[in-house]
Amino acid sequence: MAPEIALLLASPLAGGLALALFGHRDRAAELNIAFSLLTFVAAAALVARVGAEGPLLAARAQFFVDSLNVFLVALTAFVSLTTALFSAPYMRVERDKGRVSPGGLRLYHSMYQLFSLAMLVVLTTNNLGVMWVAMEAATLTTVLLVALYRTHESLEAAWKYFILCGVGIAQALLGTILVYFAAEKILGAGVGSLLWTQLDAVKGQLEPTVMSIAFVFLLVGYGTKVGLVPLHNWLPDAHAEGPTPISAVLSGLLLNVALYALIRFKVITDGALERPFASALLMGFGLVSVVVAAFFLSRQRDVKRMFAYSSIEHMGLITFAFGMGGPVASFAGLLHMTVHSLTKSAIFFAVGHAAQQTGTQVMAEIRGLIRVNPTVGWGLMLGTAAILGMPPFGVFASEFLILTTAIALQPWATPILLVSLGIAFAAIFGKVQPMVFGDTSAGRLPHPPALVPVFTHLALVLSLGLYMPPYLADWYRQAARLIG
Amino acid sequence: MLQHYGPQLVNLLAAVLLLLSFAMLAQRRILSLINLYAAQGCVLFLSTALVAWLTGQNHLYGSAALTLALKVIALPWILHRLIRRLNVKWDVETLINIPATMLVGIVLVILAFNLALPISQLAGTVTRSTFGIALASVLLSFLMMITRSKAVPQVIGFLAMENGLFFAATGAVYGMPMVIEFGVALDVLVGALILGIFVFRIRERFDSVDTRHLEKLKER
Repeated sequence: MAPEIALLLASPLAGGLALALFGHRDRAAELNIAFSLLTFVAAAALVARVGAEGPLLAARAQFFVDSLNVFLVALTAFVSLTTALFSAPYMRVERDKGRVSPGGLRLYHSMYQLFSLAMLVVLTTNNLGVMWVAMEAATLTTVLLVALYRTHESLEAAWKYFILCGVGIAQALLGTILVYFAAEKILGAGVGSLLWTQLDAVKGQLEPTVMSIAFVFLLVGYGTKVGLVPLHNWLPDAHAEGPTPISAVLSGLLLNVALYALIRFKVITDGALERPFASALLMGFGLVSVVVAAFFLSRQRDVKRMFAYSSIEHMGLITFAFGMGGPVASFAGLLHMTVHSLTKSAIFFAVGHAAQQTGTQVMAEIRGLIRVNPTVGWGLMLGTAAILGMPPFGVFASEFLILTTAIALQPWATPILLVSLGIAFAAIFGKVQPMVFGDTSAGRLPHPPALVPVFTHLALVLSLGLYMPPYLADWYRQAARLIG
Repeated sequence: MLQHYGPQLVNLLAAVLLLLSFAMLAQRRILSLINLYAAQGCVLFLSTALVAWLTGQNHLYGSAALTLALKVIALPWILHRLIRRLNVKWDVETLINIPATMLVGIVLVILAFNLALPISQLAGTVTRSTFGIALASVLLSFLMMITRSKAVPQVIGFLAMENGLFFAATGAVYGMPMVIEFGVALDVLVGALILGIFVFRIRERFDSVDTRHLEKLKER
């Protein structure tokens, strides 16, 4: 077992157990940050090792880290850390307001760590069965968090989240069984037939009919968690009703992780089938998600709900990019995964503080953020500009690449994408602008907001848009080659 | 003797499983629904043990034991406690249009058999003909979840769906590797416990476990 992976998984596990005991204490938030920091250090060490030595197989090939998942591991550990930083003052305010009980806070901190653990297991495991188990565990750890406030709406959101994702993930299990069925013919029964690296080696010999049926089930299953339309119903509710740090990690990380699982299966399915079956499905679902989400954006009144729809739109765009395939589109998809994750979580941080200041999530009632707290106002404004794809932010670069590739490869889809992005722009900008600049009478927050995470994320997104270091570009290129 | 009739016995058990799925679809009493779920678990245990004995796949005995512990004993026990504490033991749900639901169910079974055909032809297992039935019971449980409005029957539908998936794995590939089955079982158990907590919170808030109360979040 590679020490980096061991630490990467042991740290959130230990964190989850420790916080289950001490999560209600006053210093629990700092403990949460400390464990997340340790996880991030392990992730950084893992990145350094994979960067130097290439793909890594560990623990009798049960764990596999290559350039495709190592960057997602780093991203997940990083956003978990910054969200923990944001969560500390945020949850203190919620506790002082009496919205969360000490028991609730303990549950929250413990599940926060276990949720990171589940995501990191999905990312690092080589075993497709374990991947499924961990993905389901990620749902289970967050479902009680969505219902943390125990309001009517949050209970409904959590129930919907559980039932829809539960049904979805059951389809993914059937897909996994079918993949195992196809693999067992060639590799024989046993755990070996579920190892991604083994399947990847023999993907040309896998039975095409079985693999195509399996991919449909997997797409429906994991696609529910990605939030692809028409399987997206749980997503806006869960994002809007849970605590904001959870919205940030759901949107910024969980969707990426589910999409990652889908990409791994796409690689194998593409190898087994001669025709571009998986690609066509991904493109179709992606495009529908972009269009539907764009039209729903303008109808939203709740700010977190609106940005949840924006997440559906962006995940659709990324899915479309991977569906097109090829070095440029896959590169753009990976870049977009990174910048979307960073920008969207930054937006949720800013929105969280704004909602606490004004005591509401209804956009029409949030006004004049820039006067009450200029940094929160600017954070929200810049984040919105970034997510809408304004240059020079990184989102512009990735969207530009996706669109130009679409012009070359799938010209029919380009106008649809452009119109949808335009509608999304008008909807979001028109709503955020008066929230930031406008008259207000709201007071200040009792605890100083954590704005370091917001601006760190935005600075990273900005720098990715202005200049991409060559090693990073190389890294994305390698990962894109794996996806094909 | 049993070696000869074994595969047919497995088919018989599969047929019983499918009948139980239909029975669950039409059952109005929550208590009977839980008993049907336990019976389904029992059939699953018998067929898994039988397949293990027929094929000499020793790890399937492990799966069978797991099924017995989880699906015949633990989960029904949890569900029984749940409905006793919720005081909904004798609740009767009004189901609209059972005959129509049954007809949709039959269509789903035909669909499942068609979908399973290419897969069972490729399978080398003695139990390959049961794959279609497994798929059908997955779809029927799904239908049950859609048609119910009370929380506990929805949970049972979810659990029955997992039963169907487990049966599919046994039928097509003599079960998944043991590690994975443990993982899946753990997820199901934790999921059922969390759902139990949930049902209480829903009742605490609405004084009922009818999920029709949960219709506030909609696109306007």
